[in-house]
Amino acid sequence: MKKYRCTICGYIYDPAQGDPDGGIEPGTAFDAIPDDWVCPVCGVSKDMFEEVEE
Amino acid sequence: MEPVKIKEGVYWVGAVDWGLRNFHGYSTSRGSTYNAYLIIDEKITLIDTVKERFFDEMTERISKIIDPSKIDIIVSQHVEMDHSGSLPRLMELCPGAEIYASPNGVRGLKAHYRKAWPFKEAKGGDTLSMGERSLRFLLTPMVHWPDNMVSFCPEEKILFSNDSFGQHIASSERFDDSYPFDTVMEEAAKYYANIVLPYSPQVRKELEAASGLDVAVIAPSHGLVFRSKVKNIIGAYQEWAGNKTKKKAVIVYDTMWKSTEKMAVSLASAFESKAYGFKMMSLGENHISDIMTEFLDAEILCVGSPTLNNNMLPTTASFLTYLKGLSPGGRKALAFGSYGWGGQSVSLMEKELEAAGLSLMEGFKVNYVPDEAQLKNIKEDLEKRI
Repeated sequence: MKKYRCTICGYIYDPAQGDPDGGIEPGTAFDAIPDDWVCPVCGVSKDMFEEVEE
Repeated sequence: MEPVKIKEGVYWVGAVDWGLRNFHGYSTSRGSTYNAYLIIDEKITLIDTVKERFFDEMTERISKIIDPSKIDIIVSQHVEMDHSGSLPRLMELCPGAEIYASPNGVRGLKAHYRKAWPFKEAKGGDTLSMGERSLRFLLTPMVHWPDNMVSFCPEEKILFSNDSFGQHIASSERFDDSYPFDTVMEEAAKYYANIVLPYSPQVRKELEAASGLDVAVIAPSHGLVFRSKVKNIIGAYQEWAGNKTKKKAVIVYDTMWKSTEKMAVSLASAFESKAYGFKMMSLGENHISDIMTEFLDAEILCVGSPTLNNNMLPTTASFLTYLKGLSPGGRKALAFGSYGWGGQSVSLMEKELEAAGLSLMEGFKVNYVPDEAQLKNIKEDLEKRI
C-alpha cells in the first residue's frame, strides 16, 4: 500500500503503521481513512496529503 | 541604539520590547526581544527581522555597522510576524536582497505580504556561501510552525535557532552569562511549555540533527544568546522533549463559595503526606501560561470546578481548551468539584482531559459544602492511589 506525505509538515502516513491515536488501525489504506481524519502532527485535513513516489 | 558583537563580523541587531505583557494569550511578564543577526562577509546577510513597529530600532543598529541598503541576503527562518514583520519596509531599503526561506516559508511570506520579492527556497541540508562563512539550513517543520527552519554557521559554530531555545526576556544584556541564569531557564521552560510542547517529537528530530553539529553558540530569536551554557539548554530541551516527568502534581481550580477550594486542599494534603511534590494554582490568581509551565514536568494534573448553570466555570473551560492544544499526553489527570443540583462539571472536565490525551484517575464530587468526613475521605482515597 502507498505512503502519503503531509504537504504542510512532512509527516508520512504509512498504512502498515496506521495512526492508532487518531483511530486508524494498522493496515488501513490511505483512501480508506475517513474524510474527517487530520494529520496527527500539524492538524491539516486529508486533502493536504500527496502520494509518496517510491 | 547599538549593535552587539556576537563574534567577529557577527552582530545582534534586534529590538527589545520592554512593555510586552501579553503575547496572544501567553503572559510575558518580563517582556521580550526580537533577535535579528547581521553577518558581515562578502555577502552581507541578515538573519530574521523584528516586529514591524521596531523596524527603526533594528535599522538604527544595522546603520552603526553598514548602510542597510547594502544587505544582499535575508534569511527568514520563520514566517510569524514578530520575525518577518519588518520585511516590507526593509525590502524598500534593499529591494535587490534575496530572501531565503523554507518552501513552506516562501509560501507563508507570500500569503502574508503579497509581494513578488526575490525569494529563494532553502531546502534542508542546503549550504549558502556568504564568502568566508557559510550557512547550512536545517528545516524544522512544526517547531513550531510548518515553515520553521534554523541555520548553522560552521565557521563561527553558531546555531541561529529562531524560536527554538527562545525565552521571553527583555534585557539590556545579550548573553546567558550576564543575566541570572535561573531566570533564563525559567523563561526557557515557560516558552517550551507554552509554544513548543505539542511538538516534542519534532524537537527530538531537531536535537538529533543538531547533535552532529559543533555548536559553540546558540542564537535564538527571543531572549538571551547562549555561549557559556549551551549544554544546559540542550540538556533541558532533551528532558522536555523526552516528556520526562517527576513526582509532582499541579492542582488547578476555581471556586465560587470555597467548597471546591476545600476539596483542592484535601488533595494537596494527600500529596503532602505521600511526599509528592505539588503546586496549588487557583485560576483566579494564576495565568494559564504559568500553569502550563508548572505542568511541564508534572505527572498528575488535578482540575477543579464547581458546577455553574449545568456547566464548568468559564475560567476552567478556558484553561482546558488551552491545555488541550498543548498537552503532550502520557500523564494522569483527576477532575473534582462541588455542585448544588446538576453536578455536570466533573464529567465535562473529564471529557476535556481525555481529549487532551491524559489518562483519567477517578475524580471527586461533593454536594454543596463538604464536611470534615468528606474531606478526610478525599484525602485518604487519593493517598491510596498515589
